[in-house]
Amino acid sequence: MLQQTRAVSPDYFHKVVDCQWACPAHTPVPEYIRLIADGRYADAYMINWKSNVFPGILGRTCDRPCEPACRRGRVEDEPVAICRLKRVAADNKGDVSGQMPAPTTARNGKRIAMVGAGPASLAVARDLAPLGYEIVIYDAETASGGMIRSQIPRFRLPMEVIDEEVDFITRLGGIELRMGQRIDSLKGLIAEGYDAIFVGSGAPRGRELDIPGRQEAAANVHIGIDWLSSVSFGHVDRIGRRVIVLGGGNTAMDCCRTSRRLGGEDVKVIVRSGFEEMKASPWEKEDAMHEDIPILNMRVPKEFTHKDGKLTGVLFEVVEVQYDDKGRRRLVPSGAPDEHHECDDVLVAVGQENAFPWIERDLGITFDEWDVPKVDPVTMGCGLPGVFFGGDAAFGPKNIIWAVAHAHEAAISIHKYCQGEDLHQRPPPDFSLVSQKMGIHEWSYDNDISNDRRYRVPQRDKAEALKDVRLEVELGFNPTLGLGEAQRCLNCDVQTVFADKLCIECDACVDICPMDCITFTEVGEEDELRTRLNAPATNTTQDLYVSGVLPTARVMVKDEDVCLHCGLCAERCPTGAWDMQKSYVEMTQAGAACSSR
Amino acid sequence: MTYILKPRLHHPQLPTNSLGYTRRDYEGSVSTLCAGCGHDSISGAIIQACFELELPPHRVAKLSGIGCSSKTPDYFLGNSHGFNTVHGRMPSVLTGANLANRELIYLGVSGDGDSASIGLGQFAHAIRRGVNMLYIVENNGVYGLTKGQFSATSDKGSKSKRGVENHDSGIDMVSLALQMGATYVARSFSGDKAQLVPLIKAGLAHKGAAFIDCISPCVQFNNHNGSTKSFDYVREHNEAVNRLDVISHRDPIKVDYAPGQTVRVQQHDGSILSLHKLAELYNPNNRAQALGYLQARQARGQIVTGLLFVDPGAHDLHDSVGTVDTPLNQLTERELVPGQAALDRINAGFR
Repeated sequence: MLQQTRAVSPDYFHKVVDCQWACPAHTPVPEYIRLIADGRYADAYMINWKSNVFPGILGRTCDRPCEPACRRGRVEDEPVAICRLKRVAADNKGDVSGQMPAPTTARNGKRIAMVGAGPASLAVARDLAPLGYEIVIYDAETASGGMIRSQIPRFRLPMEVIDEEVDFITRLGGIELRMGQRIDSLKGLIAEGYDAIFVGSGAPRGRELDIPGRQEAAANVHIGIDWLSSVSFGHVDRIGRRVIVLGGGNTAMDCCRTSRRLGGEDVKVIVRSGFEEMKASPWEKEDAMHEDIPILNMRVPKEFTHKDGKLTGVLFEVVEVQYDDKGRRRLVPSGAPDEHHECDDVLVAVGQENAFPWIERDLGITFDEWDVPKVDPVTMGCGLPGVFFGGDAAFGPKNIIWAVAHAHEAAISIHKYCQGEDLHQRPPPDFSLVSQKMGIHEWSYDNDISNDRRYRVPQRDKAEALKDVRLEVELGFNPTLGLGEAQRCLNCDVQTVFADKLCIECDACVDICPMDCITFTEVGEEDELRTRLNAPATNTTQDLYVSGVLPTARVMVKDEDVCLHCGLCAERCPTGAWDMQKSYVEMTQAGAACSSR
Repeated sequence: MTYILKPRLHHPQLPTNSLGYTRRDYEGSVSTLCAGCGHDSISGAIIQACFELELPPHRVAKLSGIGCSSKTPDYFLGNSHGFNTVHGRMPSVLTGANLANRELIYLGVSGDGDSASIGLGQFAHAIRRGVNMLYIVENNGVYGLTKGQFSATSDKGSKSKRGVENHDSGIDMVSLALQMGATYVARSFSGDKAQLVPLIKAGLAHKGAAFIDCISPCVQFNNHNGSTKSFDYVREHNEAVNRLDVISHRDPIKVDYAPGQTVRVQQHDGSILSLHKLAELYNPNNRAQALGYLQARQARGQIVTGLLFVDPGAHDLHDSVGTVDTPLNQLTERELVPGQAALDRINAGFR
């Protein structure tokens, strides 16, 4: 029998907040969206800053795992534009220095080294600096930020946004950036006597494409991430008129769009997979196509053609999808004649890899079959005590928000390690559940559901945008558009909480529920119960909220799947058996609260 | 009541009927009754029944009088015809409307005050004339709009919210309807939609005077310990005599019980009422037995619910007065003023 849902279970209610549950850093999304709607941009920013450290950067570049999870996408066409709302908070926050932690002067005597000055290391430093740690960050580049600065083009992420958010961290005190210092030996770093070491060195090696002609045409064949980095640091400012970008990820999208701004007039993206299977986010593909960049799929590069030591084009084999006996998808030659595409330059963006030539293999760190260290996904530690990993260096290329999530865990581990505590005792999140009732039919949140469709982010005129590689394309929502979009949020953190003892089974909640979420029925096994609710609960990733047995021997079952959190069940309940209560889940970060003692 | 409108969004898999409507399309404006009012559940049941019967909303006329119950037609069938009459006068207005246009489906919605006090005479005569309608009394046994006085259906000996005992006999609307010749009589409870929805469907499909007495607790004034119309009291004393499944001629017959347990009754429109007996001796085709059974159970403090009486071959007012098949409001001057020759023929017939 399906058991009664436990009255106050942080995990149960956290899961109802789909966006927060899906976010690797578990940012309290609805809370900050309400603050944006309220015009309290600085407060909204600070909630983000605490949770994901880089709101302005992520509000432009995040991979947005929250948006596919958003409940709004299940009740109408599109999810709330969570990512771009984050940017609204960042753009309009004003001066938040007063809300930032004061720089610490008291030192706790522990020294931490960090390899790489990218998002992972910076986020660990953000968590640890206020605790009094002395932090030294090493990076081979001349400016901090890692891939945020080197790989993401300025037309997507302006320099000032990076500088501001990096500054918020370095101003916390106790952080020393040693730029231009490449770490060539972990053994050597250990020998310097740090109390712990964090490796946030990213996935810095662009994958090579070893096909005939690669050497001969080398002058005009560039590795995507290296080329983007050269553009970012101003070493490259031109590219040929005809450019082919090989690869289907977000780096490929950045390469082609950057090319369009550096003299590329005929720029094409050519991928071996199908269009749908490309790794790039759908919106990045859209942005590329909007800039007149065709994406040709099902073409496998065979050869770089060249004449007199100069690249002339790329030869492709045309493939098609075939499924084998086991239903596995394969690309096989289609039999169509090979295609030759002429070009002046090629950008190779076919993936990137971790590389640890600087880590000695005899230190006790276990390397797996792909020659990357085995990292504990809970503690972020490796076989060598006191050494922790995070970001792309830990589990291969992901994205910034994952680096931040890793960083919070690594910071907790480093703190526990330095305090001599058990790393595996992880701190539970902070949780509260508070009624939002203000009056008979008044709630502290706006429960009237907006019927607006997703707003589009205004963009700079294309002709103007293509002129300058440093000119931001997206203009962001203005406060009016931001308010409209914020009102689309369903406030999923305002939970429908049911008290069995008060229910008189009058059916008022069942009648009013616009989504048919609520059923009073005989209890049963979950699979069977799901089929006989007022609306069949077919989305098994969403929980059923089950009451205890009521006087008529039935139970109340609520399918969480498409609940609008409009609170009408609670407004219609004559006895207050339903109440709208805001759950607030805040992940515990390194500090006193995470202590297991 | 609520301060916001019910959101337009609905469940993504909400079914549609053959007209392309979802259940939500049969809703009306948002209710202003007290939270938890039994009447809202009855509105919900009417919405469900009309959706399942696939009624085109514009073919339904809903009429009511005055009172909490009589407000409810605003809360369902927002695209149907409606008439909110003077207190207790809904039956005459409905009768007139029905005579004028026999093609609409008539739904009279009333309460215990509107039908058992001020409108008792109107109620009795609309029933005895056999007006083709479904007449629902949303019976809460209390005057809710005027803050909780006893109504004419409050049981003798029951107590008001302030503890005062009722010394007057209560009117049993079901017995009255049976005595007045209603050809479809049922009683149900707002808290039991599984029972109520099929009863409404069958009542709407019935030709003749159909009546449902629906007990509907008033959460504000009549849902306390001394009440005989509270959720708890009704649930404890509910004696359902049968369970009804309405099988429209389009549906395959799915529900089947052991032989001898189920009675099938075909209604005028071809739909089949499949009645699963719960009380073994109860026969819903015998008016005299029904009255006797009701009296006996009532004496034992039980509230008999279910389909209590049905005459599937019933006639209605139009049959009695011999009106033409064309609705009177569609007759043109040519038919209504047939000329001197026709008048002469008629007069000759009286000589």
